[in-house]
Amino acid sequence: MSRDDVMRKVSDIFCDVMDLDEVDLKDETTADDVDEWDSLSHVRLIVSVEKAFSIKFSNAEIAELSRFGDLIDAILAKTAT
Amino acid sequence: MSRFEVADLPWLRPVPPDFRRTCKEMAAAPAVSGASLRDLSDHAHDLNGLIRLAKVIQSAEERIERDGALSPVSLGLLSSATTDYLAPAIVASGPRHGILPNLFVAEYGQFAQEVFGDDTPLQGSKPDAVLLAFDPRALGFAGSEIDPGAAEARVADALYQVANLAEGIRSRVGASVVLQTLAVPPEPWCGHYDRRVAGALASMIASFNDRLARFASESGSLVLDVAALADLVGRVTWHDHAQWHSAKLPFALELTPLYADHVARLLAALRGKARKCLVLDLDNTIWGGVIGDDGLEGIRIGQGSAEGEAFLAVQAYALGLKKRGVILAVCSKNEEENALQPFREHPDMLLREEDIAVFVANWQDKATNVREIARRLNIGTDALVFLDDNPAERARIRQMLPEVAVPEVPEDPAFYPAAVAHSGFFETISLSAEDFQRAESYRANAARTSAMEKMGSLDEYLASLDMVCDLAPFDTVGRARITQLTNKSNQFNLTTRRYTEREIEEMETDPRCFTLQVRLTDKFGDNGMISVVVFKRTADDPEAWECDTWLMSCRVLGRRVEEAALAAVVGGALEAGARRLIGLYLPTAKNKMVADHFGKLGFVKISEEANGSSRWQLDLSEYERRSLPMRLTGALAPESA
Repeated sequence: MSRDDVMRKVSDIFCDVMDLDEVDLKDETTADDVDEWDSLSHVRLIVSVEKAFSIKFSNAEIAELSRFGDLIDAILAKTAT
Repeated sequence: MSRFEVADLPWLRPVPPDFRRTCKEMAAAPAVSGASLRDLSDHAHDLNGLIRLAKVIQSAEERIERDGALSPVSLGLLSSATTDYLAPAIVASGPRHGILPNLFVAEYGQFAQEVFGDDTPLQGSKPDAVLLAFDPRALGFAGSEIDPGAAEARVADALYQVANLAEGIRSRVGASVVLQTLAVPPEPWCGHYDRRVAGALASMIASFNDRLARFASESGSLVLDVAALADLVGRVTWHDHAQWHSAKLPFALELTPLYADHVARLLAALRGKARKCLVLDLDNTIWGGVIGDDGLEGIRIGQGSAEGEAFLAVQAYALGLKKRGVILAVCSKNEEENALQPFREHPDMLLREEDIAVFVANWQDKATNVREIARRLNIGTDALVFLDDNPAERARIRQMLPEVAVPEVPEDPAFYPAAVAHSGFFETISLSAEDFQRAESYRANAARTSAMEKMGSLDEYLASLDMVCDLAPFDTVGRARITQLTNKSNQFNLTTRRYTEREIEEMETDPRCFTLQVRLTDKFGDNGMISVVVFKRTADDPEAWECDTWLMSCRVLGRRVEEAALAAVVGGALEAGARRLIGLYLPTAKNKMVADHFGKLGFVKISEEANGSSRWQLDLSEYERRSLPMRLTGALAPESA
């Protein structure tokens, strides 16, 4: 999957989790930029992403994800063949 | 080999593609019907979907039409873990089971104050039930104990904590209590030896769970068996330590829809919404093949093939349900003679004709037949579960009778019992001797209906029934059944007042209450307890008794049981020196049939409100007891004239 593809897919998941119609997510976007993105919806986001891409994050890895771009990079790293 | 992944709720339909759009439309609509919320909830939503639906429900609030599809239930939630997901998940899962849950989450660390204090928010929320959702850590189970005395102390202490809160909830909050068993953490202490040492965490928790179940029976509490739920999906799947460490989630987030569905089904059972009858299709549902085409020798049922054994298991499962009071019916598109033949002649069939209370086989549309089945059993269509391998027939029933529960089944019949069993539509919170007899009595009653159709006049027919009607006050033995009836009766129910077992117990000794439980037997069998009546001395008029509750099972309509009950009430009232009886009719979507109940008994209407409720009066000096076609027995039976 290309980086753009992953971003698109994760944006869809993001909208489903946060109950938004659309969202403009960039690499620099953080939880501070989106009202609905709090610690609890973050857990749901991670779990939904894990399920959609068939990957697993450890708590240590989750703690490193502060920007949206970090999440995309982590997904790409885990799904690279 | 196919799998049946319980955590995905596979007995529910997949979420429709327009779900998000439907939610938006509902949020904007001027009114939302209870039925539409029920239909929307009735899909295999994941947690994101449940949260979205819960938002729609909670913002809809006063816009929800009281169309009778959903019963409101107030639930208090006490938990030491994160509950932020549980609350919306329970709210959104409720409507598929016919309830509209309203949750109050007590603040962590404040449980004792909320339960035992004065005028606390928990008390003020007036919950119908309070769920004590504790995990092992919250009750002091931190690890294994080497000393058996210490192990015993741990278990006893944990039970005491729960029992203490439970008692407080019953007495100070006035709600039913739902206790949770504990799931055993998956890491063993010794390994296979754990079961043999009392101090192993697994052993202590097992001991706690056993004692909790006993305590529940003694205290009239409900049990949500989380230990069984964790075993169902596997304790390794149930426990997600990483999620606990980071967010204090009590079990894996992905299992929230399953947990919420189980809470909802238990509350629905408490509200009397559990289903009563399983309607079975025949071809490829309880045997392999089509009887009309394959004939008796061609259908696959019994040992000898995987298919035959799978269908045998479906029949065995249905019989198991019948044993505990679920009624079985058949709805098949076949010539009746063909459909009956395997029941009568096939040696490997487990189900026989006498196991089926109503047998309908014809070429009519199944929706019409299903309605007829409900009519003959005198139960609502919302008390039925419909099992059919054919997705077109399932869709038809869902379309025409959305209140009928229709579990999705996979292609492989090996999983049909699982689909019905895990759906929870027949969840029960008690079992009594009457449950065991019920299937037989419904079958006998359907036989009575046919007999009635053949007899001439009503009086001839009634007299031929050899009825014996027992009239007695409330007592310990009848208490559970009385409580059950006050919660389940919808149609023949004058005031639709729902009571907990505790409240019924209080009525037994309340000097202001005249209580009456009515039992009826006839030549076909014992109908059990079929009517509950409560009159109360009024505060402002000491010469009048007002009707608090008058309900009756629809099974015994037209038998003049109401007149026998009235005779008992009049007898009690006269003995106590009262002069008047006041009747009250509070209309609901389901009880139109009793709008004129008091009129038929000779009461005079004294007032009527715009909403349809009415008050009636019977002057006891004008009461005339008529002779009834039944023998009256029991402590409250009037002396023969």
